[in-house]
Amino acid sequence: MFAEIGHFALVLALAIALVQTFVPLYGAHVRDRGLMAIAVPAAVVQFVCIAAAFMALEQAFIVSDFSIKLVADNSHAAKPLFYKIAGVWGNHEGSMVLWVFILSLFGALVALFGNNLPDALKARVLAVQGSIGVAFLLFILITSNPFIRLDPAPFEGSGLNPLLQDPGLASHPPFLYTGYVGFSMAFSFAVAALIEGKVDASWARWVRPWTLLAWTALTIGIALGSWWAYYTLGWGGYWFWDPVENASLLPWLAGTALLHSAVVLEKRGTLKSWTVLLAILAFSLSLIGTFLVRSGVLTSVHAFATDPRRGFAILIIICLFIGGALSLYAWRAPLLKTGALFAPMSREGALILNNLLLAAATAAVFIGTLYPLLLDSLGGPKISVGPPYFNATFGPIMLPLLFVVPFGPFLAWKRADAAAAAQRLTVAALIALAVGIAAYAVHHRGPWLAPLGIALGAWLIAGSFSETAYRVRLFRIPLEESLKKARHLPRSAWGTALAHAGLGVTLIGIVGVTAWRQEVVTAIPVGGRIEIGGYSLLLKDVRGLVGPNYQATEGVFEVSENGAFLTYMQPQKRFFPVEKQETTKTAIHTNLVSDLYVVIGDRDDEKRWSVRVYYNPLVPLIWIGVVVMGFGGLVSLLDRRLRVGAPAPARSRRLAAAQPAE
Amino acid sequence: MARKLTRKQKRATFIVLGLAILGGAVALALFALRDNVVFFYSPTEISERGLGVGQRIRLGGLVEQGSVKQAGPATIHFTVTDLKDKIKVTYTGILPDLFREGQGVVAEGAIGPDGVFVADSVLAKHDEKYMPPEVAAALKKSGEWRPEGATGGS
Repeated sequence: MFAEIGHFALVLALAIALVQTFVPLYGAHVRDRGLMAIAVPAAVVQFVCIAAAFMALEQAFIVSDFSIKLVADNSHAAKPLFYKIAGVWGNHEGSMVLWVFILSLFGALVALFGNNLPDALKARVLAVQGSIGVAFLLFILITSNPFIRLDPAPFEGSGLNPLLQDPGLASHPPFLYTGYVGFSMAFSFAVAALIEGKVDASWARWVRPWTLLAWTALTIGIALGSWWAYYTLGWGGYWFWDPVENASLLPWLAGTALLHSAVVLEKRGTLKSWTVLLAILAFSLSLIGTFLVRSGVLTSVHAFATDPRRGFAILIIICLFIGGALSLYAWRAPLLKTGALFAPMSREGALILNNLLLAAATAAVFIGTLYPLLLDSLGGPKISVGPPYFNATFGPIMLPLLFVVPFGPFLAWKRADAAAAAQRLTVAALIALAVGIAAYAVHHRGPWLAPLGIALGAWLIAGSFSETAYRVRLFRIPLEESLKKARHLPRSAWGTALAHAGLGVTLIGIVGVTAWRQEVVTAIPVGGRIEIGGYSLLLKDVRGLVGPNYQATEGVFEVSENGAFLTYMQPQKRFFPVEKQETTKTAIHTNLVSDLYVVIGDRDDEKRWSVRVYYNPLVPLIWIGVVVMGFGGLVSLLDRRLRVGAPAPARSRRLAAAQPAE
Repeated sequence: MARKLTRKQKRATFIVLGLAILGGAVALALFALRDNVVFFYSPTEISERGLGVGQRIRLGGLVEQGSVKQAGPATIHFTVTDLKDKIKVTYTGILPDLFREGQGVVAEGAIGPDGVFVADSVLAKHDEKYMPPEVAAALKKSGEWRPEGATGGS
């Protein structure tokens, strides 16, 4: 019953999305307020319908209604409730429903809170958003209907891929999709602006919060995915340059560039057509990411579907939207008038450099990710492009960018004094130097580049906070007054500093684990010992365990540091009888500075257990840094001037008090 | 002149800078691609091409039934076959959870002087329902593609 309601709600949503696409667009063209106004209720009702469909699917998973094919294929009555709820997006059909659910949520938010948007712009934005909805709702209804019934219904479902039964991964898709789909807002605004032939500062003020929200969610989503890969796959790595990972990194890079160029557009009214292009590209890369991940051209836990019809359908959607938007851009972008002039050495100039380097990094990752697929589809040899390629391209492009990040906020708009900016960064430079020397003194055995990398990370952190310290006149006026100033600093200034500093923290983590990781792969009997990174692990016991829906073999390691007992670590190898699949449950002992990472494998003929142990120094900093970055995005988002739907006058009042940040 | 660039000159500066950076990135990418591309071969292709010792490739095929043997601590020998030709592989480390005899596998590494393929990574990331597309394609090429039997059930 609920499934039929859900199915009907999806069809209804499609009909409404069609209305939302065409009526307001025509209304905006003929300047008919009544027709334009239809966009608002349409967006809201479309959201309500898709929410109803989503809830119907949730209901089916929670009560384990195996008469629905999707539930029977992907769920099991013995599965914990949490994974029944998350199981909805643990498969192709359900994840597409989540996709349109978030898409319509964004549309409804613009409809409800966009009261101060010009009528025509609002109507066009919602129309474009509606058209994306039409494409994906059609895709779901034609190729991936989640509500197909089975008759007779099986007594038991065939379970969810055990690799997906994990809290990190269960929450990864909602964040990732909020990011992917969030860029659709920037896309809709860009296309609407192209139709109008007008882009101005208020447009940028509208686009920025949506982009920031999407970027923050995507940042967290990528981190969750990487963290999951780190602790479940048992390879001790956090990023494999796998095409599926790159698919999420590409929109992130483009979105980061968009975030920065939108600032220039908002504050200075320039970089118009470039910002519009980036908005189109960010969402296009999200669509390509969806295609790569969902079409089955790649093998991974994400490739649920091997139905070629689906990949083909997504390809058509991609071509329509990307091709359409880029054609519109080619046709209309020359209408966008260039804004104010500025010198190459200025905040604008620095942000352009940022954009160029990010665009170059995006291009490098894009080539490496798609070249093998392109070659294969043209009938060429099968090749793979691995980490060496990405290390050789992504690194050299990103390093100069990271180096100049702290300069940006110190440069004035229009024309800046580089020497003054450098002078204000003296303290940060000294801190970076000291940290680099300390790193060299502690770990002089590693590669010579490593201390430099650590110093660069410290430079980013110290440099980012130099700007806030300068603005609150830290140590130059009494501390109390500085604190008072700090409280009155716009939140976006804090957001910028936090995001940039988070980048530095992540960099230190990456450098540390790359340069100084230790690995032992061996086989030991019960009672055997492994020495690594100053720790000693004694395999005390190997025992069998039974979990809620799996059986496990668990190794018990007694870990001691410098002869003193530290902790027990219990890695497992789990077998899920329903899915007939084995998974690895790693044991990780962290002190937030370094990780000890243990994986247990099979027993060999001589009763030795194969064991893999990693000592991963500084690795937790990678995720701590990303969390700080995401937190920075959130703080910026709460800035009064950026508040979604904040009336324009609020900005001009504050502008007098605070120099604009970032 | 340095202070008073005209609008056109300023724009030209940024366009040149932009092209230089993007061009540099593409050049870097192409250069890196030349050195870091790893080709995917089936056992048949390896014997046909007479692959040199030490050349990095990805080897794909099925793990031959009954070929997996323990050879020292955490070192495993097995044979990869495309049902037409086969090659011996040695690997030190923990095998992926989905590694099983009769199932598809992708191993990355190089052929040693003794003709045995030394893998430094072994992937078996596919689930029960299908095999890595590369392996399926290799089997199709060797004419041994049996969609039902070859996947090992399900």
